[in-house]
Amino acid sequence: MSDIIEKNDSPEPTEASKVAAFGGPAAEAAAVEVPAYMPRRTIGQLLRGELGFVPVLVTLLIIVAYFQIVTGGIFLSPENLSNLVGQIAYFGILGLGVIMVLLLGEIDLSLASVAVLCSIIMAALSERAGVPAWLAILVALLAGAVIGFINGFFVAVLRVPSFIVTLAGSIGYAGLLLHLLNGQATLIINNPFILAIAGSAQSFLPNVPGVVLPALAVLLYAAGLVVSYVRRRRAGLRTSSLLWLVARIVIAAALVMGAVAVFYSYQGVPYSTALFFGLIALFWLILTKTPFGRHIYAVGGNAEAARRAGINVVAIRIAAFTLCSTLAAVGGIVLASRGNAVASAVDSTLLLNAIAAAVIGGVSLFGGRGSAWAIVLGVLIIGSIINGLALLNQTVDVSEMVEGVVLLVAVTADALVRRAQARTGR
Amino acid sequence: MAENVTPAVGEMSSPLPEQPPGGEPRLRLRGISKSFGAVRALSKVDFEVYAGEVVGLVGDNGAGKSTLIKVISGVGPADEGEIFVEGQKVNIPNPQAATRLGIETVYQDLALCDNLDVVANLFLGREEVSFLQSLDEVDMEKRGLHVLQGLEVKIPSVRSVVATLSGGQRQSVAVAKSILRQAKVVLLDEPTAALGVAQTRQVLHLIRRLREQGLAVVVISHNLADVFEVVDRVIVLRLGRRVGTFDIKTTTPEQIVAAITGAEFGALMATNGAANDTSGGR
Repeated sequence: MSDIIEKNDSPEPTEASKVAAFGGPAAEAAAVEVPAYMPRRTIGQLLRGELGFVPVLVTLLIIVAYFQIVTGGIFLSPENLSNLVGQIAYFGILGLGVIMVLLLGEIDLSLASVAVLCSIIMAALSERAGVPAWLAILVALLAGAVIGFINGFFVAVLRVPSFIVTLAGSIGYAGLLLHLLNGQATLIINNPFILAIAGSAQSFLPNVPGVVLPALAVLLYAAGLVVSYVRRRRAGLRTSSLLWLVARIVIAAALVMGAVAVFYSYQGVPYSTALFFGLIALFWLILTKTPFGRHIYAVGGNAEAARRAGINVVAIRIAAFTLCSTLAAVGGIVLASRGNAVASAVDSTLLLNAIAAAVIGGVSLFGGRGSAWAIVLGVLIIGSIINGLALLNQTVDVSEMVEGVVLLVAVTADALVRRAQARTGR
Repeated sequence: MAENVTPAVGEMSSPLPEQPPGGEPRLRLRGISKSFGAVRALSKVDFEVYAGEVVGLVGDNGAGKSTLIKVISGVGPADEGEIFVEGQKVNIPNPQAATRLGIETVYQDLALCDNLDVVANLFLGREEVSFLQSLDEVDMEKRGLHVLQGLEVKIPSVRSVVATLSGGQRQSVAVAKSILRQAKVVLLDEPTAALGVAQTRQVLHLIRRLREQGLAVVVISHNLADVFEVVDRVIVLRLGRRVGTFDIKTTTPEQIVAAITGAEFGALMATNGAANDTSGGR
């Protein structure tokens, strides 16, 4: 009996693997990695795994196609697309922040209040106290970081559920910002530096950096892929096919330069868009290429295993909340600049749009799963719905109902994936 | 660096050590006692495991197996008693101390992050970095492959997410992780529980490879069939005392069951010369 089992599951060393035992790493890869052991997966399983973004992408394409047809071609015009990316940048940045805590399986409901509070701190310093714009922005970012640290402290050290901590924060900071505004309903921003971020005719990258920066980003990405390919080849490790490597570079270049071309056929690349994508790229690098990022995924996946592996789980949680609230501050500053003013009322859709964008993009609410790039698909879907319905002269009521349905579908899909993985996982 | 972690592949398949092996034990416990309130969980227990040896630690529920493992792994230090690693008296007040001493415990479910791939799990908490603190994936993958091959582990790909692996493969990855941490003593807590027949076979093979690599291995198991297949010596605990040590070659499962349950213990002692009792006489 045992012979049969051995053959099925742990084969006796074959000639090849005996030779491999004395060979280099190339032979080791061959001896350890048996691709035939990979269970054959159905299309459904692939869609729940690495191809999980495809349904989201298809949804986006359907939404875009629909609005393109019913608006008679206005939706995809360069002018409207520039307008659209201007509308999504600020809550996209908030959504990027919420990804950091979602990856831990936590939530931050204080995002919107923190964003508005920090923008008010900036506006009050610059407009009332005459502090230089850069210093006002720095203080606002620091305030965001401190708030995030406090949130993280309560969640990680005192073990209070993040839902409650940040709900309390959301209420408390909304009160604090009213206090800071001192009864004033809106505070107009006149500082040209702050307005230039997203709220003036000059809020576009100059021509040369507008083309060179995206091109440089694509080049760096391509170089990174090629270097990693060559290093893996030299080390005798398995590599993806050369064709796939080239395809990835071509797709990235086409997407980025295509977008730049669209922007330039209107007014150029907006600062806020450049900032949004720059932050995504930065956080993608942090999450995937550094030990810190890996530890975030580890804590989100299995906090106990991470603790036993010697990871400081408390520090990781505090850091994630701090980054989240700092990004909220960035989003708040962009929002204030775009509106040329800060208001005492916190827009209730701001928080929900940010969280919805992250979840629709494929970041799991249960932790450990999702990429920084997920936010792009999420904000594009939500932004397209808002923008398209506005073009059709539909009011907020319709747009919010549609958004609600899309969000529910996304969260349901996430829950189903998680259940399916738990079933097949062991 | 990888060469320090695992012995060269060619040196394997040394003959089994003599039973019991001579020389200084890799890990030795003397007079370990531990109480939880009025309950005496361990009472003057001695324990030893030698390099290149697999010791099975068996006993009924409540016999003190888990308590003893917690003492060794630093999770629950003993009230009294001494611990020696390679002849040196040591203290193990916490899990970090155990890791520093080269004592690694492989728990069944708590060891791995399902959402990370095999390499990420192997190096979790001690990632290798190159310039700008970026992860050195190529080097980690090379070292990971080296260790996995030393254990003759077969997986679809070291870039598979752990959630997609079978129970046996997961156990193998967890063990490989402890070897990458330069383990000298590996404690396996119920390594074959909840595994299928084929996967159990895989894990037993893995345990033999650990022995061949010169590690001291302790297997806690309820499954006597598995124990008989892979261990060299069996240490039986009953009600917090070590009631017997059996050389697996000269023992039958019935004798061990008798020792575990305490049935006709005295009669067995009289007839079984191989059992060298250490504390039953008290």
